[in-house]
Amino acid sequence: MISQIITASFVIALAIGLSALFFVGSNFILDRFLSSESLTSDRDRQRRDNLREGIRPWIFVGPAVLVLVVYLVYPVFASLIYSLQDRNADGFVGLANYAWAFGNEGFQIAIRNNILWLIIVPTMSTAFGLVIAYMTDRLWWGQIARTLVFLPMAISFVGASVIWKFIYDYKGSGEEIGLLNAVVMALGGEPQAWISLEPWNNILLMVILIWIQTGFAMVILGAAIRGVPEDTLEAAIMEGANNFQIFFKIVIPQIFGTIVVVWTTITILVLKIFDIVFAMTNGQWETQVLANFMYDQLFRSGDIGRGSAVAIVIMLAVTPVMIYNIRRARMENQ
Amino acid sequence: MQSANKLPLATLAKHATVFLLVLLWTLPTLGLLISSVRDKDSLTTSGWWTALAPAERNEVFRTPTAEAQTQSGDVFVIEDRLFEEGARTLDTWGQRPTDLTANQAGDVVTLDNGTRMTLTEDGQFRWESDEPFELTRGERVFYVSQVPPTFTLNNYEEVLSSEGVGRAFINTLTVTLPATFIPILIAAFAAYALAWMNFPGRLWILAGIVGLLVVPLQISLIPVLRMYTGLSGIFGWEAKSYGGVWLAHTGFGLPLAVYLLRNYMAGLPKEVMESARMDGASHFEVFRTIVLPLSIPALASFAIFQFLWVWNDLLVALVFLGQGEGKTVMTAQLVELLGSRGDNWEILTSGAFITMLVPLVVFVSMQRYFVRGLLAGSVK
Repeated sequence: MISQIITASFVIALAIGLSALFFVGSNFILDRFLSSESLTSDRDRQRRDNLREGIRPWIFVGPAVLVLVVYLVYPVFASLIYSLQDRNADGFVGLANYAWAFGNEGFQIAIRNNILWLIIVPTMSTAFGLVIAYMTDRLWWGQIARTLVFLPMAISFVGASVIWKFIYDYKGSGEEIGLLNAVVMALGGEPQAWISLEPWNNILLMVILIWIQTGFAMVILGAAIRGVPEDTLEAAIMEGANNFQIFFKIVIPQIFGTIVVVWTTITILVLKIFDIVFAMTNGQWETQVLANFMYDQLFRSGDIGRGSAVAIVIMLAVTPVMIYNIRRARMENQ
Repeated sequence: MQSANKLPLATLAKHATVFLLVLLWTLPTLGLLISSVRDKDSLTTSGWWTALAPAERNEVFRTPTAEAQTQSGDVFVIEDRLFEEGARTLDTWGQRPTDLTANQAGDVVTLDNGTRMTLTEDGQFRWESDEPFELTRGERVFYVSQVPPTFTLNNYEEVLSSEGVGRAFINTLTVTLPATFIPILIAAFAAYALAWMNFPGRLWILAGIVGLLVVPLQISLIPVLRMYTGLSGIFGWEAKSYGGVWLAHTGFGLPLAVYLLRNYMAGLPKEVMESARMDGASHFEVFRTIVLPLSIPALASFAIFQFLWVWNDLLVALVFLGQGEGKTVMTAQLVELLGSRGDNWEILTSGAFITMLVPLVVFVSMQRYFVRGLLAGSVK
């Protein structure tokens, strides 16, 4: 144990040190060997300075660009090519992998479930976040309430899965120790094996992500609500509007842009959802989603072509958001 | 000013609704935490919400035989204890399992053969007879007792030592620290260049980074893994190494890091940097002495993001580090426990809480920076 900690500390220090050394070292070398101080003529100095300062941006931005190209840009194109190849990426098979996928029952279930996730999770998280943000806005214990709702954001999807699997626990004999079954029995119902109860088990898995993401929506929307001009609220109160009218007719229209941003951000996250399904059901009982289906193809069936085809499908789903973001960013920086 | 014209009932309803929602969001974690410190037996037989109530238990006691009797005066006595003093309290008892509530604790009960039996609340057993006892086999006595709630750290000891969670903790730390620091360093330099240096292609790189913000990392798994395998074939490296995971996390975290930091750095006062440049400071010096110290809030925001993300990640660790070979991280270990020890809630709850402990501490203590990062990352 001790030796392991020492090794780990050494490895961590080495990694951090080496990466810091790169930047310090390369800038030092640049200043040392392309210094203009030894030159006498102004023209030579100027030329040397320009050369040095022309190289420097690439030292600054180069590592980032390199890493991004290797880990994100190249893989998009590589996956596209793999998706047109066979299971070992040896031969070209055209669109066969896509044809297989769309005819496969697991894939169809995954698509259906992903669509359900996409409809339910962002909507519910945003709605809950909005309601909690609004209701705690002027509450004296609002800060504590917000922190408690926000806390699940720190918990891993796997940890959250354990938490909720415990809630959904079903023994079938003796006293039920799962909270959900205890509540159901207290209300006079029969305990259920929730995890395998189709199709409701999908909803129960979504609850986990809603539980995590509501805090995110609440924080962003809370800031937006605080930004709503006071005089618009006061005017509404003067006109005799009640709380519901203020919320729906004054607050929501003014923060609508933020609501869309929150909704989109959660949507992107939902498209990639993997850990919860992997840990809770591994896609059994019709709970499959695309990312887990892809993992199955890739690491259980060992099929590079089919796995890549599913990855490309996920990629295509986020592309509209990507294009929109790029357009907006280019307009801002123009 | 709002509450003046509101009904007290409406205010009460609002408090109640918020309280209910907060309860709904807190109970799941609370249940896990409470369960993790309950002892194994009560955890599997009763819900965690009963943890503070004493548990009722039905048990059997076999009396000692005639050998144990002592004589005091004319009376023959057999004495014993049912349980350790203070471990529980006795409620009722009887001589048949169907008749548990026949006698109260403390009653002196005369049995059919004329002997007198007493069981007291603290577990004392006393049996008196005017004739010498002759029984060679102990009688059975059935009793109901209340077990006070007990809390224990045994589950934690077990999960840390024998279930590999302690080792996984160090592995997670080994993955997380460099995978947090390296992208910050790379991104800080890139962000400075994109905010304050002039070079061809700057806007293209910026647009590219915004686009990469939403690229799902699933797309990278196969190509990067194949690249690692290829490189390991050429250079004899391990295909699944800490280095590989650090760089993968760096790649996946970099778009957000550059985006956040560039936005922040672009908002720094231009005059400070320009005057420093006029004084002959190079970009590197301006970056190191002015921009970096000023950017600490943004750096902290991203650091928390990346730290939580890497610490809680499962997929990247599964694919690029794998399970087994002593490199399993905590999330992967927890998934494995879910599969292999699915019903052993004492292991799962304490294991899960250990994985959450560090993120929760980081999160609670640095929530301000985290919120600031969230706002900068999504509202812009």
